[in-house]
Amino acid sequence: MKRETDHGEVFATIDILRGSMNVPADRKYAETHEWFLVEQGVVTMGITQYAADELTDITYVELPEVGTTLAMGDAVGEVESVKATSEIFTAVSGTITEVNVALADHPELLNDDAFEEGWIVRIAADNEQQLQSLMTSDEYTSFVNNS
Amino acid sequence: MELENLTTEQLQRTPLYDTHVAFGAKMVPFAGWEMPIQFAGITDEHNHTRTSCSVFDVSHMGRLKLTGGGCEAFLDRLCTRKLAGAEVGRSYYSHICREDGGILDDVIVSRFEEHWGIVCNGSNRDKIVEWIEKQRAGSDVLLTDQTTATAMIACQGPKTMEIAEQLGGGDISSMKRYRFAVRKIGPIAITIDRCGYTGEDGVEVVVPAGLVGMLVPKLLGTKKTPHPIVRPAGLGSRDTLRIEASMPLYGHELSEDWDSLTAGQSWCVDLSKEFIGSGAMRQVKEQDVPRRLVGLELEGRRIARQHASIFRDGEAIGEVTSGTLSPTLGKSIAMGFVPAEASGVGLTLEVTVGSKRAGATVVKLPFYKRG
Repeated sequence: MKRETDHGEVFATIDILRGSMNVPADRKYAETHEWFLVEQGVVTMGITQYAADELTDITYVELPEVGTTLAMGDAVGEVESVKATSEIFTAVSGTITEVNVALADHPELLNDDAFEEGWIVRIAADNEQQLQSLMTSDEYTSFVNNS
Repeated sequence: MELENLTTEQLQRTPLYDTHVAFGAKMVPFAGWEMPIQFAGITDEHNHTRTSCSVFDVSHMGRLKLTGGGCEAFLDRLCTRKLAGAEVGRSYYSHICREDGGILDDVIVSRFEEHWGIVCNGSNRDKIVEWIEKQRAGSDVLLTDQTTATAMIACQGPKTMEIAEQLGGGDISSMKRYRFAVRKIGPIAITIDRCGYTGEDGVEVVVPAGLVGMLVPKLLGTKKTPHPIVRPAGLGSRDTLRIEASMPLYGHELSEDWDSLTAGQSWCVDLSKEFIGSGAMRQVKEQDVPRRLVGLELEGRRIARQHASIFRDGEAIGEVTSGTLSPTLGKSIAMGFVPAEASGVGLTLEVTVGSKRAGATVVKLPFYKRG
């Protein structure tokens, strides 16, 4: 979501987002609002724009260390907003290969662009098949609309 | 991550509901009402309020009218603040407590020429109406709940006086804080009270619900042509603003589980008179108030949430009541209760943040005071 200083612009942007929730089709989605994108054996994960919007202004992201090994369902880190602190969970086992260090100084990247610049960690997955049971973008969209 | 479940219960809508939707608000359930938590974003709205003028819909708060010759004596007994001899045109912040001192609510009591008004928290409205009905028995006091017949709009920020005068509010800037004026348009009365919950100068305006459609476009413009200065703000920034100003919030610093002195709000308690809860509070005072409300400045950017533990030398000694990342100070701040001996300004404590602990220094309240 693009932030403009002119609030009229922001309102227009929010309306566009509301009208057609932008959920990229290239990745998988968990019911706990994390997304997982597989590229050449590496899984990039983050939280969805819907989740970021629900949390309101994100002020802090607790990141794991590179090299941390995770089992499916483990907490990867914490996302903190003005409103709440939430844990984020991995749906895939593996080892953290990279963390988005930009989030340390700019946690607002999660609000601005949760699906691209606001990615959180990259994981060398033990078994990508673990992501098979997650939702597609269409399934996630209807999941959010019906929740 | 866990997101709060949206309730499916029937929520009430304020007269400004359509305005919120038109301006792109994110609506959330709050105290039984559907309220805007944010428009442009909590931090943006916070900063705009500190530097310009924001409009908050606070119509969810209870607005009660009391009439009858017994009001003055009744309210003086009901409230912790001295109201016998209250001046017409003045508002008084007070608590309403049980006999054991437990705080039922914090309210603003206003003395009009012919009647009295109480503004209470939305979440406590039913409880306070019931309490007043019970306590008034036998006295010449009649209660009318005007909440749904009216709207209440808070305009807050340094440019508010300028805007209010442009809109024909008259000479408000010469009015002191916690004074109000009643403007009449024919038979319609609008109350303008110079008070607020943000730490900024501003007014809270009560208007008949039917007038909102005419008044709000003057205040905010429309979505297509918004007012050049005034912007809508939601409950999210109202909370971060009041934390910076160290104003207590019911359910956080105030609760039925403790009294007004223990809550650190002795300034609104007059123990020289008799009121419901005065006996209990005199005892608390005699035995020395068991704990203090302190301000904490945390290391790092993490936010201490309500109920987070406060530690001294590794030992849990208290609990956080409210915390936020202060947009004005750029620091993580919190309020909380600690024993008197751990309340000295400059003392180093620790606070739970998420799964970790952060260092915290006791600082003077309020965190923010307007210049």
